[in-house]
Amino acid sequence: MPKRMNPSPEIANSAPQTLFEKIWQRHAILTREDGQTLLYIDSHFLQDGSAPAFELLRQRGLEPRAPHRAFATPDHYIPTHSRDLAAVADPEKRAMAEALRDDSAAAGIAFFGLDDARQGIVHVVAPEQGLSQPGMLIVCGDSHTSTHGALGTLAFGIGATEVAHVLATQTLWQSKPKTLRVVLAGSLKAGVSAKDVILAIIAKIGAAGATGHVIEYAGPALASLSMEARLTICNMTIEAGGRAGMMAPDATTFAYLKGRPFAPEGEAWDQAVERWRALVSDPDAAFDREVTLDVGEVAPMVTWGNSPEDALAITGRVPDPAAAPNADRREAMLRAIRYMGLEPGQPLTDLKIDRAFIGSCTNGRIEDLESAAAVVRGRKVAAGVEAWVVPGSTPVKREAEARGLDRVFQEAGFQWREAGCSMCLGTNGDVVAAGQRCASSTNRNFVGRQGPGSRTHLMSPAMVAAAAVSGRLADVRLLLTDR
Amino acid sequence: MSMEPFKSLRAVALPIAQPNFDTDQILPARFLQKPRALNFGEFLFRDLRYRGDGAENPDFVLNQPAYRPARIVLGEANFGCGSSREHAVWALYDYGIRAVIAPSMGDIFMSNAAKNGLLTIVLPAPAVARMIDATLATPGLEIAVDLEAQTVSIAEVSAGSVPAPIRRHGEETPYRFEIDAYRKKCLLTGLDELGYTLTQLDKIESFERSYTG
Repeated sequence: MPKRMNPSPEIANSAPQTLFEKIWQRHAILTREDGQTLLYIDSHFLQDGSAPAFELLRQRGLEPRAPHRAFATPDHYIPTHSRDLAAVADPEKRAMAEALRDDSAAAGIAFFGLDDARQGIVHVVAPEQGLSQPGMLIVCGDSHTSTHGALGTLAFGIGATEVAHVLATQTLWQSKPKTLRVVLAGSLKAGVSAKDVILAIIAKIGAAGATGHVIEYAGPALASLSMEARLTICNMTIEAGGRAGMMAPDATTFAYLKGRPFAPEGEAWDQAVERWRALVSDPDAAFDREVTLDVGEVAPMVTWGNSPEDALAITGRVPDPAAAPNADRREAMLRAIRYMGLEPGQPLTDLKIDRAFIGSCTNGRIEDLESAAAVVRGRKVAAGVEAWVVPGSTPVKREAEARGLDRVFQEAGFQWREAGCSMCLGTNGDVVAAGQRCASSTNRNFVGRQGPGSRTHLMSPAMVAAAAVSGRLADVRLLLTDR
Repeated sequence: MSMEPFKSLRAVALPIAQPNFDTDQILPARFLQKPRALNFGEFLFRDLRYRGDGAENPDFVLNQPAYRPARIVLGEANFGCGSSREHAVWALYDYGIRAVIAPSMGDIFMSNAAKNGLLTIVLPAPAVARMIDATLATPGLEIAVDLEAQTVSIAEVSAGSVPAPIRRHGEETPYRFEIDAYRKKCLLTGLDELGYTLTQLDKIESFERSYTG
């Protein structure tokens, strides 16, 4: 081979790279002069909001190009009091779930329907089944696709037109986002969870703090977090505006994936783990920005307003708009205080609740239910509070029942329901009534998110449990030390 | 299925003077199952435009007569954050909105907008605040957008056909904005992205042959 003056591709590639850049580069088919890159999609997850995308495809006479790279499960429109689609009264909502079943069948896409023991919220099911694997580029027509980055994937949400584009071509045009490293230092105190950490991060950098960026979470605190805790953090990356959230795979990741139905087996497993070990940011890799959070300083958090950035420690008080730094912020705070029915300076623990909701792609996994059950055990839901548990998937539900958690919740007065998105956004009709205050383990406290006029306070599942048995927002640490 | 091209626009601007104005507020989730054939403009800002009993909320800015013909939205920081629902863009577009101007916007919202012929313009917060103040002071004020030249200016309320920057609203107009060259081309030409990608199938197939992932 003749000697060349130009560095070989291997040498060129030896420049330090971030985890994100490694995955991006591996999936780049071509890059145009205007900076757009055509990316190859490893895996495309579909839920029952996909009907418009399949319709776009039909209008153009196109077929899904790589149905073996897609998988579908209904979660948004399905009932949680029954496993029968006929229980969905609204024909348009029922049609959304039926369309996913029919479109998947016609295209030959793997489909976990209501009668399938693997059904659930797509972002709970895919990691659970071993469908989300390190190094993959994953998309889904849902903003919480950032969840899967916890397994060392690059995963992000897309709109209906892009879903159609991926179905037709198995590719997507993207301009390269910037990178933000969030370093998690210290160690969590008792009663504090991953949900509190991500709420603290959003409060620190703002709901638009990571817009245009992919976040890589790193730092010493990460190693001690379970896979499920990591999924919660990456899930809410979108609530900080982040395009995606990622974490380098490690021993915890490999232990989580091993033996899952779609994970490699035998020799293929060993080879996969060998490959996955390289999926770390190189020591000298440059990030566009970096932020550090000492998780040891984080207390149990709740939101008071209508943006996830409106998060405070439960020991805090409703902020006073008079102390706002400027007129715009004061106006925004007043609007949220009015909508949420609050008084400036009111202790957060004075806020009485009407509803309690444990579930969602953020906090509907088995560890979430365990942490809530630990608070609920031997206690009763407070009078006047309607409390629900909606497991994130049917396997989570079965596992919880095997551990007896269903009885713990039901004996306390919780409703124990079937898996789905349910009251996180209420598309299936599970809503919080106007004016009702809900302690919720979900991801968005937007105006009207859980139903028109609903008042949502975001918090961890253990904190929802504490609120449910107290009848008001409560510091879970006090209930845990009571034991 | 090419989009309607966007070149320039001079229209009434609607001020949405709230930060973090999410896609749930632009298009509430309970309309997500509605067929695309419907006019989603009817669902735009639904819970702000209408009271619980279905009557118009006279306090909401879009219900003031001067703003009804709006084709431009002026937003605050993080406009269109939250859910990936493309329906939020459909609702704006079907109402007649063709441009959104804000200091920052949700990434997925901006991407969805570009696929549907809705121009998103990011300008520094002081510039957007000045335009919002101007439209609040003079409801029905028009804003002129020129995509080719990448400029935004405040126009006279009832002027003739030529956009005329108003000195009193600041000597900085017209504001120049940056836009991704690809998005600009898509909007100017109404490019059908999927059709274009399908012309690149040989490259996708070649990638797939050597891809081991």
